[in-house]
Amino acid sequence: MLDDFFIRALIAGIGIALITGPLGCFVIWRRLSFFAGTLAHSALLGVTMALVFELNIAFSVFLISAVLAIFLLQLQTKTNLPNDALLGLLAHSSLAIGLVIIGFLTTIRFDVMGLLFGDILAVNQNDLLLIWGSGIFILIILKFIWKPLFASTINYDLAKAEGMKPDRYNAIFTILMAAIIAISIKIVGLLLITGMLIIPAALARNISNNPIQMVFLSTIGGLLSILIGLFSSLEFNTASGPSIITAALILFCFSLIKLKKYSELKK
Amino acid sequence: MENKNKVLLKVENVGFSINDKSLVKGVSFEVKQSEIVTLIGPNGSGKSTTAKIALGIYKNIDGKVKTYTDKIGYVPQKISIDWTLPIRVLDFMSLTENLTQDQINNALNLTGVEHLKDKSLSNLSGGEFQRVLIARAISKQPELLVLDEPVQGVDFKGEIALYELIKKITEKMKCGILLISHDLHVVMSATDFVICLNGHVCCSGTPQKVIKDNKYKELFGDRASNILSLYEHKHDHTHSQDGTIDRK
Repeated sequence: MLDDFFIRALIAGIGIALITGPLGCFVIWRRLSFFAGTLAHSALLGVTMALVFELNIAFSVFLISAVLAIFLLQLQTKTNLPNDALLGLLAHSSLAIGLVIIGFLTTIRFDVMGLLFGDILAVNQNDLLLIWGSGIFILIILKFIWKPLFASTINYDLAKAEGMKPDRYNAIFTILMAAIIAISIKIVGLLLITGMLIIPAALARNISNNPIQMVFLSTIGGLLSILIGLFSSLEFNTASGPSIITAALILFCFSLIKLKKYSELKK
Repeated sequence: MENKNKVLLKVENVGFSINDKSLVKGVSFEVKQSEIVTLIGPNGSGKSTTAKIALGIYKNIDGKVKTYTDKIGYVPQKISIDWTLPIRVLDFMSLTENLTQDQINNALNLTGVEHLKDKSLSNLSGGEFQRVLIARAISKQPELLVLDEPVQGVDFKGEIALYELIKKITEKMKCGILLISHDLHVVMSATDFVICLNGHVCCSGTPQKVIKDNKYKELFGDRASNILSLYEHKHDHTHSQDGTIDRK
């Protein structure tokens, strides 16, 4: 028999895969995997802030991620340090500050492991509402801004010259990234969200030849990873996040075989 | 006749600098309907920069840019598509505008690459890619076309055909063109107004005027001045074929 908590985890996971599929494609198209990682690291700070000020966790994480993204843009104009160095700086310092603050929170019982790696037992009905509510919202926005966002992903100058307003849509995209990280922490855990964004999109790239197809396959890959990962997490009593990402990796390996066949065919 | 044409782009005394280093300054010009304005100059003279200023790509520019149309087609000098982004010619065509299949086919047909429609962009050769870029820019029926070295890497025959196409487009679609080119033959035979840049405007005017300018000779050397005779020769021919205005 499947338990209630597991059904909830499945529904939550499916919701997340539906959003990370398309967003993940943009993450690898725009070479933002390290940026996604930085936002995820800062989520720990967001969670501790939520505990200190008694805020909703997802809201607080979203807020901190968004502030971090703006701070990054400011840093970029103030120094000539390369982007990866700035991202590393922000990722690790926000993680460190989060951990330091946790040290002070002696009165609050706090499951750090669950936060880092995801905890399917912890998914409740409010989480489901949050994931599906904001998930549908994110997807609608993404559909709406698809054309200008895609054009500015291809080439900033071209998009700007032909009136696609790339700056505006890049900013909206950053906010969407902060949002997906905030809502997927409970299922995947903050250390592994980047994997959920990148691996399904990467496997989709191996087997697709146009953007829409890649988004579609990336979503399917994410859904399969969630299903396989959650079932094996239940079977082997492992943490949900790592199980999902391991499943995604196995699927990725299969996509490599397909890629090899495909390129042999072309020859 | 000339004066009746609508002004599409007006650039007034513009300049742009990065870290206090001026890339280009004091450039003014206009592009009108059915008119080809060309920017020439050595490498690093600010041609692409000027085009980007005119297109509003840079922030914090000096001077003023006024655009009187929002139907703009742009062929950038360099564009690289990452392997991680799978995209076919077909998808690329409707990047900034929703096009029908017919519009896509027509545009690709004009630049001679209709057979590449379903190919992946990253598998195209340099010349094929340029043809696709030009096709994309004209497919949306722009009023203003900005072409930054549009025929780089295109074979000799294709180069002439594409320049003829560009000329034809100006006449047929009544669009104005801002062209950047290194091909002085083409510039001098097909252009209405030439601006010679070297960080600033060295000289400008009709091709006949610019070619006789001493600054032009200094910048491009003696061989470039000899184009004058070539140009006049070439012009004779186009004249006898088209039966249009005799400038001589």
